[in-house]
Amino acid sequence: MEVAIFWLLAVIIIASAAATVFSKNIIYSAFSLLFSFLGVAGIYAMLSADFLAVTQIMVYVGGILTLILFGVMLTNRITMMSLKTDVFNFIPGLTIAAVMLAGLLYVIWVTGTWASDSPAAWDTTVETIGTLTITRFLLPFEVVAILLLIAVVGASFIARKDKQKIQS
Amino acid sequence: MKLELLGHLILTVAIFGSLFLFVAYAVYFERKVAAKMQNRVGPDRVGWYGLLQPFADILKLLLKEEIIATQATKFVHTLAPAISVIMAFITFAMIPIAEGFYIADINIGMLYMMAVTSIGVYGVTLAGWSSNSKYSLLGSMRASAQMISYELSMGLAVVGVILITQSISVVSIVESQTENILYWNIIRQPLGFLIFWIASFAEANRLPFDLPESEQELVGGFHTEYSSMRFALFFFAEYTHLIVASSILTTVYLGGYQIPFQSFLFPGLDGWWLVSAQILTFILKMCLFVFLFMWVRWTLPRFKYNHLMELGWKYLLPLGLLNVVLTAGWLLIYDGF
Amino acid sequence: MESLTLNHFLTLSAVLFSLGVFGVMTRRNAVVVLMGIELMLNSANINLIAFSRYNGNMDGQMLAIFVIVLAAAEAAVALAIILNLYSNYNTVNLDEVDQLKE
Repeated sequence: MEVAIFWLLAVIIIASAAATVFSKNIIYSAFSLLFSFLGVAGIYAMLSADFLAVTQIMVYVGGILTLILFGVMLTNRITMMSLKTDVFNFIPGLTIAAVMLAGLLYVIWVTGTWASDSPAAWDTTVETIGTLTITRFLLPFEVVAILLLIAVVGASFIARKDKQKIQS
Repeated sequence: MKLELLGHLILTVAIFGSLFLFVAYAVYFERKVAAKMQNRVGPDRVGWYGLLQPFADILKLLLKEEIIATQATKFVHTLAPAISVIMAFITFAMIPIAEGFYIADINIGMLYMMAVTSIGVYGVTLAGWSSNSKYSLLGSMRASAQMISYELSMGLAVVGVILITQSISVVSIVESQTENILYWNIIRQPLGFLIFWIASFAEANRLPFDLPESEQELVGGFHTEYSSMRFALFFFAEYTHLIVASSILTTVYLGGYQIPFQSFLFPGLDGWWLVSAQILTFILKMCLFVFLFMWVRWTLPRFKYNHLMELGWKYLLPLGLLNVVLTAGWLLIYDGF
Repeated sequence: MESLTLNHFLTLSAVLFSLGVFGVMTRRNAVVVLMGIELMLNSANINLIAFSRYNGNMDGQMLAIFVIVLAAAEAAVALAIILNLYSNYNTVNLDEVDQLKE
């Protein structure tokens, strides 16, 4: 049962990620990315990371992907339906990706020596994550908070239209 | 085990089935309320006081001819209304309608609700894009911008409740509110309630925040190019959002199924009587919010888009942050509120 | 039937990562490049969480949370840059934005 779910999710993730990368239409790319994010959330849930699964959906699907869609809609003449983009460097890109994949698989399957027996699944991770955030990971947490603030200010500053430019 | 599964299945079907019925009658209720507010009669032809009107509406929409614009992307165009309806529905799975009566209780229930609501945006966005019409597109872009902006304030408002409850599970949020009205989150979190309430108007695309489908500017907004059953699905999703938003408000801020002063007023209530009374209480509270939504809709004019964004980002978001800080400070001073 | 091992998840993440790399290298549109980066971040997260699960240690999940936060910040800034790019060059094709070359 678990194995079947894993393969189902894996096929969804890989197929939609491939569609994202290979599709000529940007909107299709964006929407297949949606399914791949959802599949990854499913994988998180399988790995008993329930909090992360929901966070993944909230942040990636609810936030980042909506932002990306906005990017697509604002930077392309969308009503013309011709959202085609070219693929260039196809052969070199494919070669590098394939070599990298082969290297990774080699490391994982041949030289990997990590244990692969699974300990008992966690019941719930919310409390542990909450405690860890304000104890062991307090400093990274604060740093990330500041970084988010900087990102918000920076992003709105960059995206803002120059007032003088509009007047002229 | 098998019996348990069967019982769960029956419960799920019963909850979703009655949700269907409620959504159908929410439309009727809306028309009646609108009629009363505008000094009209409203639907009264089909059945006793027009009570069969929803079924007549559904039948009419089902029998209408289906038109798909030639330039539309057919697959996505078909998929979009389904996404809208499904996402609106599965939010309800987390909501307990009586003690022990819920489809699922996961320990991250509140987060799940927020996450599912955020997926609902895609139904609208997809519909707008796949129709290949500028009105639809503008409507859907407005919808997604509006929903992301208000989801932030909504999440911040919920953080206050989570701080008080010290749990993200929806069931424990309801249980922590007890039968004592003073412990309801609307009393403990008035500011959070206000923020959440305003934000749910935006999330449910209701007036005064119904810019995604503002008729005067955008024809019909994101569903301009939809007709027949697909249009009905969007219509259905809209009213499901209304019911679900009211249910969430009830659950999070109004004590859910808790009967006020139950042990004082009805001490002998137990077993199935208690469950029925709780379900009834839940429905009454939910209907109160549904009515409030409708009242506002037929009273207030529509916001301008920049005003909508200003309200969301410049007022609700800082207020939400203030609410979190105040709640945390309060909890720090009076430990064990 | 075989049971799930760590290698299953690692392989999945390796495939996802390679797809992301391919997307970043071959697409001209900046938004699609961003999507490729998000795929790569996701595959890294799968790795982190899989190791965290199979080692019975929570640190991987914590790190994954920070990765998600960073991904959100990165997406916001990247899209701001892309919007600015579009208003200055009227294109988001990365190979056409080469003013510094001349």
